[in-house]
Amino acid sequence: MDSHATSFGVPNRKLAMWVFIASECMFFGSLIATYLSYEGKSLVGPTPHEILNIPLTSVSTFVLLMSSLAMVLALEAVQSGDRRMTRLWLGGVIVLGGLFLSGQVYEFREFYHEGLTLQQNLFGATFFVLTGFHGAHVTVGVIWMVTLLVMSLRGTLGPERSLDVEVAGLYWHFVDVVWIVIFTVVYLIQ
Amino acid sequence: MIPRAATATSAHGSLYAGGIRSWLTTVDHKRIGVLYGISALSYFVVGGVEALIIRLQLASADGTLVGADTFNQLFTMHGTTMVFLVLMPLSAALFNYMIPLMIGARDVAFPRLNAFSFWTFLFGSILLNLSFFAGSPPNAGWFGYANLTSRQYNPGMGIDFWLLSVQIMGVASIASAINFTVTILNMRAPGMSLMRVPLFVWMALVVQVLMLLAFPPITVAFIFLLFDRFFGTHFYIPSAGGTPILWQHLFWIFGHPEVYILILPSFGVVSEVLPTFSRKPLFGAPFMIFSGILIGFLGFGVWSHHMFTTGLGAVADTAFSLATMLIAIPTGVKIFNWIATLWGGHIHFKTPLYFAVGMVGLFIIGGLSGIMHASPPVDIQQHDSYFVVAHLHYVFFGGTVFGLFAGIYYWWPKITGRMIGEGLGKLHFWLMVIGMNLTFFPMHFLGLDGMPRRIYTYAADLGWDRWNLIATVGAFVIAVSVLVFFINAARSLIAGEKATADPWDAATLEWTISSPPPEYNFAEVPQVNSARPYWLYKHGPTRDISRHTKAEGSQPQPENPSQRIDLPSPSGWPILAALGLSLVGGGALVGLWAVLIGVAILVFGVYRWAFQPLERPGHPSFGPASTGRR
Repeated sequence: MDSHATSFGVPNRKLAMWVFIASECMFFGSLIATYLSYEGKSLVGPTPHEILNIPLTSVSTFVLLMSSLAMVLALEAVQSGDRRMTRLWLGGVIVLGGLFLSGQVYEFREFYHEGLTLQQNLFGATFFVLTGFHGAHVTVGVIWMVTLLVMSLRGTLGPERSLDVEVAGLYWHFVDVVWIVIFTVVYLIQ
Repeated sequence: MIPRAATATSAHGSLYAGGIRSWLTTVDHKRIGVLYGISALSYFVVGGVEALIIRLQLASADGTLVGADTFNQLFTMHGTTMVFLVLMPLSAALFNYMIPLMIGARDVAFPRLNAFSFWTFLFGSILLNLSFFAGSPPNAGWFGYANLTSRQYNPGMGIDFWLLSVQIMGVASIASAINFTVTILNMRAPGMSLMRVPLFVWMALVVQVLMLLAFPPITVAFIFLLFDRFFGTHFYIPSAGGTPILWQHLFWIFGHPEVYILILPSFGVVSEVLPTFSRKPLFGAPFMIFSGILIGFLGFGVWSHHMFTTGLGAVADTAFSLATMLIAIPTGVKIFNWIATLWGGHIHFKTPLYFAVGMVGLFIIGGLSGIMHASPPVDIQQHDSYFVVAHLHYVFFGGTVFGLFAGIYYWWPKITGRMIGEGLGKLHFWLMVIGMNLTFFPMHFLGLDGMPRRIYTYAADLGWDRWNLIATVGAFVIAVSVLVFFINAARSLIAGEKATADPWDAATLEWTISSPPPEYNFAEVPQVNSARPYWLYKHGPTRDISRHTKAEGSQPQPENPSQRIDLPSPSGWPILAALGLSLVGGGALVGLWAVLIGVAILVFGVYRWAFQPLERPGHPSFGPASTGRR
């Protein structure tokens, strides 16, 4: 139905993604609000400043930000029909997203070895659930990008399907922005 | 498969034809609406039987029909069923069927997502009721307050059934809300500006936005509960520093908008029915739209009025009390405008009008007791008493159920193509009014006399027998009225008089097409120049729309399209994806392997769905064969 004229002139799928993002704001908003309201309420350690590794996470935050740049360039390449660049930049998003996820897995393992588990205290529960659900969103995004890359490799991702990439990009940028909020709230403002 | 192009199918009667397979794979919003309606009315009977058992147990002092445990399960299942399995899907039935017709669209924005929403809802609702067969229905109330739901105090599987199934149905609600928000915003007929959108559709839009924003907080609340119960976290466990109040906040940030999710569809129906049967435009339609938006907006700022007794402090109590009282203003606007719509009209006393007027009257009672609860001192006195039970039933039964029945009677001819009996309809109405007031009005007295909610029995010397007995008698009168409705519905379907396209002489686009509508809804894309396009065509300008001429109205639709119309093809992938999603949730009760099977089915279904073109060879098409295309 995207080809038909719509009342607002915005394609249905794009509008749907914006509407979904509004819903997701409430989802992450609730998770972040819970994290904040339970901050400092843990009865036992470890506490955030004992355990959070700001330099490492700054690097992975930078990596995720760069993935958004790659996403923008991938969309630009699809729209201009440049298959080679489409594949390059989609691949870039996947690699950078994968790097971010690897960083998160590494971080989770480190924290676990230092005694922070889901069950240990409220910090552990709120931290792992908040960042874990963000990580799950990144994972879905990476799978989505892999799907688009496979479409591109099969030659079915021409400029006429650039909306596919645009909608995926909206999702990707949103997940990125959420991470900036989480990084600020959880890591920088302790 | 053989393309059915150029058959120029006569739409009449073919809409619902086809075997079970065609229903399982349907993506037609009208059929999905019918599926929602049948499911919701079936669960209405289930939830009603649960209520009757509750009333029988309480009919006299020291009741022994059921024990305390069973009683807890009954009121939990009654509340959960009525909210999530009856009122929401019954609204969804009318949304699905009517919204595309009222805005002049051929389907919703995402027909397959629509099918996915329905099947996800259905599987979720079945999972909830499977708890009966597993021998452990949930027992912590439909609100599931924390601590009542912790593994320590509630070790059985009942809470797991409850939280997983409501979570699954939440996914269906969010998917459907995205779909209908986009449909209403983006699929309107040419010329239908937002201020020309019918009130029912407007209220539906507010409801979709509420669902979008209210379901995520409860999703998070459920995720915490899930982690507490399955992985040993302490989100709601005070001994580890957590607080059960967190659940109350998250639940009511969802729960109060949910109240408006349940009542606004009914407001919308009444705003369509009253003008039609008083043969006047809706009084102050723009005010009705903006007050509906304001109700939805304020609805997010009042959740803590459910929590006055938790001791939030004077400042919070004052703020939430004021915000709650403010909601009375837009609601009052609506009630006065409804009355003003009737005022001086040529009133046609048909069954839908009876239910709509009944809704206005009964909702006022529930609204007034609601304003009483807005005051913290009064609320603390009445909290957890039968007074609250009386209030919420005047809102949900008097408000929502009556409004939705007004909608069912109003659109019945459009949906089924047959008229429904006026005599039995009015009998249904009167029995329901009498039964509902007999049941719920005495609960005001019981509550003020101190009878607590959710007690499974009470001592004889408390003097609560008489009103409780009257309430039980009333409940059975309601049951009889519902039986009358089903008899009426069956008679109509079997031998009802054939309905014309426009039996009520109404104003909106759905009446310009045959009853039941053709599969493609509109043979020609309608042009809209007024908020009451069909009225304008039939009766010319009124003083309200004096700038228009008759020719500017929307005409009745021709029998057959002049151009080829392609409709989305049926698809089995949405139902498969819904099955996978439900297995992910339900599988958690069995083991990790079941969850993983669910994930595999979900991913498979979603990918097949995503890569299946919306329109394929063999899809239904109508009108003259196109030249060149396909």
